[in-house]
Formats: sequence, structure tokens, C-alpha cells
Amino acid sequence: MQDLTVGIAQLHDWLKSGDVTSLDLVAASFARIGAIDSAVQAFLTVTEEAALVRAKENAGKTPDGILDGIPFALKDNMATRGVKTTCGSRILEEYIPPYSATVMDRLDAAGGVLVGKLNMDEFAMGSSTENSGFFPTRNPWNLGTVPGGSSGGAAAAVASGMVPYALGSDTGGSIRQPAAYCGVVGLKPTYGRVSRYGLVAYASSLDQIGPLTRTVEDAALVLQAIAGYDHRDSTSVNLPVPDYMTALTGDIRGLRIGLPKDYFAHDMDAGMRKVMDAAMEVLRGLGAELVEVELPHTEYALSAYYLIAPAEASSNLARYDGVRYGFRAKDAENLLDMYNKTRSRGFGTEVKRRILIGTYALSSGYYDAYYKRAQQVRTLIRRDFETAFERVDLVFAPTAPTTAFKLGEKTSDPLTMYLSDIYTIPVNLAGLPAISVPCGLIDGMPAGLQLIGRMFDEATVLRAAHAYEQATEWTGKRPQAIGGQA
Amino acid sequence: MALETVIGLEIHVELATKTKIFCNCANEFGAPPNTHVCPVCMGSPGVLPVLNEEALGLGIRAALALNCEVRRDSKFDRKNYFYPDNPKAYQISQYDEPIGEHGYVEIMVGEEKRRIGITRVHLEEDAGKLNHAAFEDASYVDFNRAGVPLIEIVSEPDIRSAEEARLFLEELKAIMQYCLISDCKMEEGSLRCDANISLRPVGQETLGTKTEIKNMNSFRNVQRGLEYERSRQAAMLGAGESISQQTLRWDEASATTVVMRSKEDAHDYRYFPDPDLPRIRLAEEYIEERGREIPELPSARRDRFERGYGLPAYDAGVLTAMRSLADYFDETAKHVTDPKTASNLIMGEILAYLNAAGKDIANLPMRPRQLADLIGLVEDGTISTKIAKDVLKGMMSSGKDANAIIAEQGLVQISDEGQLREIALRVIAANPKSVADYLAGKDKAIGALVGQVMKETKGKANPQLINKIIAELIRQA
Ligand SMILES: [Zn+2]
Repeated sequence: MQDLTVGIAQLHDWLKSGDVTSLDLVAASFARIGAIDSAVQAFLTVTEEAALVRAKENAGKTPDGILDGIPFALKDNMATRGVKTTCGSRILEEYIPPYSATVMDRLDAAGGVLVGKLNMDEFAMGSSTENSGFFPTRNPWNLGTVPGGSSGGAAAAVASGMVPYALGSDTGGSIRQPAAYCGVVGLKPTYGRVSRYGLVAYASSLDQIGPLTRTVEDAALVLQAIAGYDHRDSTSVNLPVPDYMTALTGDIRGLRIGLPKDYFAHDMDAGMRKVMDAAMEVLRGLGAELVEVELPHTEYALSAYYLIAPAEASSNLARYDGVRYGFRAKDAENLLDMYNKTRSRGFGTEVKRRILIGTYALSSGYYDAYYKRAQQVRTLIRRDFETAFERVDLVFAPTAPTTAFKLGEKTSDPLTMYLSDIYTIPVNLAGLPAISVPCGLIDGMPAGLQLIGRMFDEATVLRAAHAYEQATEWTGKRPQAIGGQA
Repeated sequence: MALETVIGLEIHVELATKTKIFCNCANEFGAPPNTHVCPVCMGSPGVLPVLNEEALGLGIRAALALNCEVRRDSKFDRKNYFYPDNPKAYQISQYDEPIGEHGYVEIMVGEEKRRIGITRVHLEEDAGKLNHAAFEDASYVDFNRAGVPLIEIVSEPDIRSAEEARLFLEELKAIMQYCLISDCKMEEGSLRCDANISLRPVGQETLGTKTEIKNMNSFRNVQRGLEYERSRQAAMLGAGESISQQTLRWDEASATTVVMRSKEDAHDYRYFPDPDLPRIRLAEEYIEERGREIPELPSARRDRFERGYGLPAYDAGVLTAMRSLADYFDETAKHVTDPKTASNLIMGEILAYLNAAGKDIANLPMRPRQLADLIGLVEDGTISTKIAKDVLKGMMSSGKDANAIIAEQGLVQISDEGQLREIALRVIAANPKSVADYLAGKDKAIGALVGQVMKETKGKANPQLINKIIAELIRQA
């Protein structure tokens, strides 16, 4: 059985040599899912039948592109025609989209084989995947801890070798934080770099799709396949997509990397500080110049995010009314009753909490004090980064304040849960690209460092992350909890 | 106490685009339910809107035609509310940055020219339609209309009577049609009108409490609804009662207004900028191009028809009410000596024919040049006016040239004096009584003789000539 953690380039070479077929890889994926997913619970849907049909079609043919014939999975908030897309919510439990997301179309066109849809916090609202309307996903490094969220299923599936790569979505850290918790690479591209068409909206001005992979090189390969303008998404940007592989030179001499005073001034977890200090040393050793920068409005980021995102969500999620698709309460007496019962039963607690916050923030008389003010803060945060990027090429930060926490540890206290995204949220507010790369273990659990780049400068982000990865041995480390053979 | 009526209108006009405003579905009235729908206009999870440039262009053209200032930088907002015909549970509209503002429309109220201010013109999408089943306890939603592009036009409270409101609407409709922005068919819902109305003592500046009237689905009903509401408010104020701010529905059957909701039930639409759509930034050249798309507007055309063609105001009004009619007249009048003849025929026989056939003049097989030729044949005496009307009927249904019909049916007017004189002599000989009457001073008696000649010639005799010949022959006798 093939090991799917060897990296996309290696899988591609195997296919090219003819020793291994797409069917072998797809079968390996399903075998691994069959062996361990009952424990990890990363998948909401597996598309075994369709995947095997597709893989058989490909059997014996030499791959066209680097992703051709290679299995992958999608977070369950990306529309897949004919395949359930639940968004981790009971309200869409049986929902089958009539169309596919642009990213699905692009991976499909590149020859990718979809093996299934991955668990997530309901409507991408959460940081642990415990808010899934179905079941929580476990962290492959320690099944008693969370995989992070909201793309927890994607991170866990890649970390445990069930798929070589997956796509997640990142609204406030939902790719990077679970990548860090599960010891894999997670890239959030610049807002507008990857089409959102077919991504079920949580907070439209913040959502962005990106890859979760074993290596930085794999992240570059997958980004290459999904990036670029899409006429169906007016917020996607019509800029040329550079060749990301050529950016991976391993050379970061002279690169200026900013250390935000405002991030490190916090009473950071001692273990995390140690890991961060070590990572800084590695970057210095590679010839990068580390410079202190200021991001003075950081302390307002969380508050601004928790007004803007719920406000947009309250509007985006209003369409789940039981009229056209999805769950509808059967025992309603009239229209209003149908809305009330459908939405009360269909949505989980955290989703309802954010809908209420967002509805309040947009209400007449409160709009200026909350939503508008939050947007002003957002502008200030964007300017903070712009100012920093006048002096540096990248900004360095932890991905999350800690490693993965225990299941149930924070579910009763949403505010503490929100704090786990404190280093990732400002990046979404500013729309910037950022990557999380494994940078060590703290008490046996993976930690991630984050590199944040200028608008549309994923190339530099990937270059530095790749150089760091090559210089260390943290990437590709395999979790022991689900059998070290992965 | 004399009361002044204050009316402001909110008008929704569907834009005549090929496709919907944010997706590629056809914008077409009357298709079977839910046949012009796609994931985007059905609000499927994950879809995104993409602005139809044609809708934007028509919206700007409308704003310019209504003398508005066009915003160089505007945006779309979401208007949030739950209703089954509203697939996303928000309508994409424009809240505080409409595409056009500060415009006006001029109307003629009797002899007086009145200027009605246009507060704003903004772009938005239409909702679907609920159909309540007749024999079951259910409602069905048709989303064909969901996402059809609309402009909402809001007038200033400058309108002073129900009649003025109707005149304003007629002018607005004509402007929209002239600019090919909309067909403005109230019966198909491509023009819809809500009205705000209040009363105040003459001379008072502050406005009285207003009510809003909805569901007035024809120009006539707009006038009736407003007249009804004006008298209702006047009676209440007269009795010392106060008006409460309400939304009312015009009920055609009872010819009254019925309360829909009171102010307390007003929605909070929680408007905010739509994050899925970038700001609309317009280049000067783009706006100028839209301005060049605006043809001569109805009021200018009316003036030209009166001054240039010397038509009476009434004719000019009728002929310019629809662009197709005015175009038709213009094209005909170019090729005739007396435009009034063309006006008479168009307003008379031709409009009567079109109304009976339910056709638009644009689809009439007879083209203006052909009509002008027919008028020319009357002017040069080839056929009589009476024959011309018969020929016209044939032309309108077949599209054939006048000459072809005249030749086919042998309708050329007899202007040969020798031939007419021969017939006249026979008629005079056979009608001694008419001759005697004429000689006795009854001038009308000649009519009977002319009629006889017409009968013998099947109407083809030149009437002026035959009159002259008969008079001469009797005097010579
Ligand atoms: Zn559509």
C-alpha cells in the first residue's frame, strides 16, 4: 500500500514511472481512511464509488500534470455537484449542490481525484471542529485533543496520511491554526487570489480557500492549480499567477522579516516562546534579517473580527430558511413558525450566537457604533501592515498561542476559544497571504510558525517557508497516536 | 381650512436587459415557472453575484434621462429580510450611494409646466413571485423574476394632485420607453408604483403625516387610489382626527385603501455594503457614452412637432406618447407636403387599426415611406381621400405599396374631363329634379348629382373636378 505522505512530486514520479497507478493511490487513500478514520473522524462523506471509477479511467495513462491521478479531499463547505455539501451543519445535512465550486472544477481539470468531504466547524465557525453538527474530529497526534478548526477535518486527514492534500478555507485562521495543531503546512492565499465561487460563505470579505499539505512545495503546487481570476467571483483579482515552484530557491539571504513587537509582548506561553526563538535563529542562520516592527492596532483585531464576521454571517446564513433546499421543520403552523423552527433546530449553538451578534451589530441605531467602527478598525489594521511592509518583506508570528487543546476544554467558554485565533485574525482583516509551517513540538504536540506576506506576494511567503522547512526537520513528522507507519 | 395635497412616488422599473442583473438567466416575462433560474438567482449555497454591465448601463442611461447627477463611485448594499420569494433572504440594492441623484422631470399640467424633482435612482434586483394555490393550502414560488434588474426611482414630494401623479407617471413611462430602458408595462409588472401622500394647510411648510399606498396596478388606479386617500385624509382632518402613519393597500374591488401595516411594524433591513461586489467606479467617458445613447426625449419632441410641423398641441401629445409612434410620424412627415394629413391618418385610421389588432406600430407591415407615398397620391389627385382610406386598410394588413393596390383594384381616380363630362351629362338628364332644385338656389342639390357620378364610377371620379363640371353644365343648360 502506497504511503500518501511522501509528497506530491514523489507520487507524480511513481505515476509517471508506471509502477503505480492512480487506482493504487486512490485505493491507498480509502484503505487508510478505512483503517483510521473511525478514530480520527475527519471525513463526513467519502466518494469511493465515483473516485474508483475515475481512477480506473486513468489507469495505465501517463499523468498530464503534477496533480493528475492524485487523490485529494475538500472541506465540506466547497460545493461539489452531486456530492453532499453539508458545511458541517444539520441544516444542510442532505444538501446536494447542483454545481461545483471553481476550485473543484480546477482540481478536476488537473486530473485530481476527489475521495471525500471533510469535517469542519459548522459553517466554518469555530477553532476546534467541535462545533461540527455531526461529530468532532480528533487530532491524529493525540486523539484526546482537538485538530483545530474550522478546517480540522482537512488538517487531520493530511496529517494522518489519508490524503496527500486537502483544501480548507480560512476566515480568521481556519486553515493555518489547524495546520499548526496537526503539524502540517497550511496556506491562506491573498484575498482575491483564489475564487470563492462555490465556497459556502461564512464571512464573505474574509473567506479564502487554500491548501493543507505535507510540505511547502506541495502547497505551492496546489496553489498553482487553484489560483487565478474567475469571472464568476467579482472579488477574485485579475492578476497573473506567478510560477510558485521557481520561487522555492531555498535562498532567503537578505530577506527582511518583521517581528511584531505587539505579538511577542504578550505573556506568551513559555514553550511557544522557546520554539519561536529557535525558529528565528534558523531564519537568521539562513541569512534573513530580523527586524522589530509595530502593529499597534493588533489589540482591536479580535473585537473587529467578531463584529464583521458575524455581521456578514447573519446575512449569508439567512438563506437557510427551509424554502428551497436543506432542512425544513415539518410541524410548522405558518411561515414565521417554519422559519423559526427550521432555523432553531437546523443551526447549532455557535452559529446561532454569531447570527445574533451579527444581526445586532447591523441593526439600525447600532450600525455606526459596531459594524462601521469595526470596518474603521479594519482599515487601521491594514495600514499597520502596509507600514510594516515598507520596512520588511515578511512578518513572522506564531500561528496560534498554544498547541492543540483538549477536547471539551474550551467549548463552554467561547471567548477563550476565540483567543486561539489572535495571531491569524489580523491577517484576514488585512487580506494578506500567510502560511503556517511546522516548527517544533511542545510536549509532543506540533507548533506552527506563521509567515505573512504582502498582498499577492505568495511567492515570497512560500520561498521563506520552504527555506525554513529545508533547514529543519519538523515538516513531515508523523503523528504516533494513530500508528506511526503513516 | 384649505388643504394642499403632497404626493411623492416610488417607482420600480424593470430594465429591458437580455439577462438578469447578477447571473446569465434570461430576463423574459411569461415563461413557465422556474425555467429561467440557476444556482445564482436561486440563492444556492456558495454562489456569487456578477454585475451585468448592460443593467448598469441602462441604469445610468435612466439616471441621465431623468436629469440626475451620476455618482462616479457607488456600491451595492444588502437589504435583509425574510420572505419566500427572496431567495438569499437579502435583496442586493443600493442604500446610501444611489447611482443617480438630484434629477427632475417636467410635465405639463394644463398650460402650466411643472418640474417634479427626482430624489434618487438606484439599481437593484427583483424578487420572485408567490402564487397562492387555489384549491390547496399551499403557495408556490416562481423564481423567474428573481434577479431581474430594476431601477427604483424616488420622486420629491413635489406632486400636488392625483392627476399630476398620473401625468408624471405617463411622462416617466414615455422617457423610459424612448430611451429603450424598459417597456414599462404595468400589467406585466415591468413598471410598479407606490405613493406617499399627506395633506397640509395651504401655506404651511412642514409636511403632514403621510400614508403609503401600494398595489396600484394601473395608471388609472394610481389616480383613483390617490384621490380616494386624499378625500379620506381630508375627511379625517376635517373631523379633527389625526392621520396615523401607515402602509395601505389599494383594493380595486372595493375602491378603497386597506391597512397593510402600521409604522410600528416597520422592518429593520440591516443594510450593509455587499462584500461580494466591488465598488462601482465609473470613468467620465463611460458616463458620456451613456448620455449619447439618450435620444430626443418626449417633451423636446412635442415642442418640435408643434413648431416644426405646425401640429396642434393635442396631435403632438398623442403622437409623442410612444417613441415608436413618434418615430413613425417623423419618418412619414419628412416625405409629405402637409404633415397634418399624416397626423390625421395616424391618429385616426392607423391607431384605430392598431388598437383593434392589439399591435404596436413598430410591427406594422406598412412602413412610413409607403404611407407618405399614399398621401402623395391624394395630394396629386391620383386617388380621392375616400379611396385612400380603403387603400390604407389594404396597405396596413398586407404591407403592399399604395400603387400596387390601386393598380390591382383599378382605383385610379378619373380626372379625364371628357370622360367625366359624358357621365355628368347622363346624370343631369336623368335627374331633372335635382337640377331644378339647384337652379332654384339649393346649392346642396349638386351633392346628389355628384353622388350619382361617384356611384357610376365606383367612387373613382375626382370629386373637385366633377363638382366643377356639373356646375358648369347646369349653368350652360
Ligand atoms: Zn440565474
